[in-house]
Amino acid sequence: MSVATKERKLTIARAMAEAIAQEMRIDERVFVMGEDIGPLGGVFGNTRGLFDEFGAERVRDTPISETAFMGAAVGAASDGMRPIVELMFVDFFGVCFDAIYNSMAKNTYFSGGEVKVPVVLMTSTGGGYSDAGQHSQCLHATFAHLPGMKVVAPSNAYDAKGLMTAAIRDDNPVIFMFHKALQGMGWLGTERDAIVHVPEESYEIPIGKAAVVKEGTDVTIVGLTSGVHHGLKAARTLAERGVSAEVIDIRSLVPLDRETIINSVKKTGRLIVVDEDYHSYGVTGEIITSVVEQGVALKAAPKRVAYPDIPIPFARPMEQWALPNAEKIITAFELMEKN
Amino acid sequence: MKPNREQQLWMYEHMLISRYFEETIEKIYMEGKLPAFNMANGPIPGEMHLSNGQEPCAVGVCAHLTATDIVTSTHRPHHVAIAKGVDLNKMTAEIFGKATGLSGGRGGHMHIFDAKVNFSCSGIIAQGMGPAVGAALSRKLQNKEGVAIAYIGEGAANQGAFHESLNLASVWKLPVVFIIEDNAWGISVAKTASTAIERNDQRAAAYGMPGYAVENNDPIAIFEAAGEAIERARSGGGPSLIEIETYRLAGHFMGDAEGYRPKGEKDALFAKDPIPKFREHLAANFDWSNSDDEAMVKKAHEKVDAAIEFARNSEYAPVEEALEKVFV
Repeated sequence: MSVATKERKLTIARAMAEAIAQEMRIDERVFVMGEDIGPLGGVFGNTRGLFDEFGAERVRDTPISETAFMGAAVGAASDGMRPIVELMFVDFFGVCFDAIYNSMAKNTYFSGGEVKVPVVLMTSTGGGYSDAGQHSQCLHATFAHLPGMKVVAPSNAYDAKGLMTAAIRDDNPVIFMFHKALQGMGWLGTERDAIVHVPEESYEIPIGKAAVVKEGTDVTIVGLTSGVHHGLKAARTLAERGVSAEVIDIRSLVPLDRETIINSVKKTGRLIVVDEDYHSYGVTGEIITSVVEQGVALKAAPKRVAYPDIPIPFARPMEQWALPNAEKIITAFELMEKN
Repeated sequence: MKPNREQQLWMYEHMLISRYFEETIEKIYMEGKLPAFNMANGPIPGEMHLSNGQEPCAVGVCAHLTATDIVTSTHRPHHVAIAKGVDLNKMTAEIFGKATGLSGGRGGHMHIFDAKVNFSCSGIIAQGMGPAVGAALSRKLQNKEGVAIAYIGEGAANQGAFHESLNLASVWKLPVVFIIEDNAWGISVAKTASTAIERNDQRAAAYGMPGYAVENNDPIAIFEAAGEAIERARSGGGPSLIEIETYRLAGHFMGDAEGYRPKGEKDALFAKDPIPKFREHLAANFDWSNSDDEAMVKKAHEKVDAAIEFARNSEYAPVEEALEKVFV
């Protein structure tokens, strides 16, 4: 291997495509299907270049027919292939969820482990660009709640490549959720901090392992995808006030690395969880409960910064008002300090 | 092409096994359920959908298949599983929920998976169709032998998955054959009340594939139609759709009072029971004596009795094993 010292910054979209291409080169069983993932390269850019390199058999555009092709992914995976299937927007899960949660997620269990279903379902999440209530949701908890699927959601290109590689090699179904605003597509608004150095060689990020992206001692801010970036921004502002925040990127929802979170909160005594998914019955509640039920000594009641329990509104001022951001995290911290 | 003697005897034998299996399951299912019917009681709890009368659909198609070929079936799967060669002992133990069952008791009667013969089923209407299309795609991509068969009931032809799967299979010209077992009833709702056209095979035209209608629950005619469709799939000619007129001699599930059936319908169906008809056909066309028949019946009963014995004598898995096999 050559010495890779040169910084090579990639977007999450490019990193995903690179991981897929590298796995397709070494494993004939890997193929991609979904809507507009062929010559177009995916509406979010994450299959760009694959069609030219691998052709229409292995990079196949589907009809707008999620029920059929999601079911087909289950059947192909059960028969020894390793399909990567794209659900263009996670919001579209409603038209094909039976194939996902009644088959993809359960066939291994129903077969006593005899049938493997190594599907990677990649799907876009998140809002912030006024696409309203059917194209802007995250639905992290909807997928993470149901047993039988691993669920990952990267916040930067380095993790995106490593998680995609791990997902393709995993013998279980993996839901790979990528946030649109982190994709590096200009037209969706781009989070610069998601574009990071990505090694050219192949590597895995272990599924089920969180990352402490910034160390600190006074408060633990836990998030995923966009929430990690809000957390990092809040941490910078808090640092100016002499508050040392630790920021954790869970990276995997299933399995959830509770240990890393609990160890951090044992150290800081304060917990804020950030999630762009809906407030109630979600990731924030799960993480706070996981800490509280371990009896971790807390200096203040935990807080959550999540999407209100409303369909996502279209009007730009309304949507921006509803989204989590760094200011809301700082406000949450201030409230903890008051009590 | 008509089945030869050997194929017809295989078909008849598996109809006998299947029927006796269902009759035996029916008796055991009722153990402990009365006087007030309680589905949760007895050695076989839960829902039970028996396939009595629908055996021709299983044997007429599966006579063309090997273990390599893929079958996805429905919530009423026993006859098809038997014809596909699913391990009868392990399947029976699964229906009892025992540790020796195909999934150690995690699946039960509506979730029978036997990877060794590429058999699976789903309790959700029409949802085996997409997976059959995907398995066919897998064979095509890998340039490997094998066709996929998706069994559904006539009620499933009104599901989105039916229409989407036919379209996708046709667009990609995949080696898959869709089999509709038309038993005229979606639980209590008649086909005439739920389906916009009389015959679902006509829907094949909308998806650019051949459609076949097989009448009278005739195993020979099913064999012929399936043979043509499967040969087309194997030779790269793409998918086909076959609708078979069959008879549900049982209720939708055990415990179904069947008050929705018109008076006399059940008697008329029993008069057309495909098993005695097949026996008469064999006697008329082949050198098939009473003693030949008795020997085959006996063999079928012994096979089923042995499977029941195996299941009864098996233990339940430790309950904590429910936590295993979620992931591999």
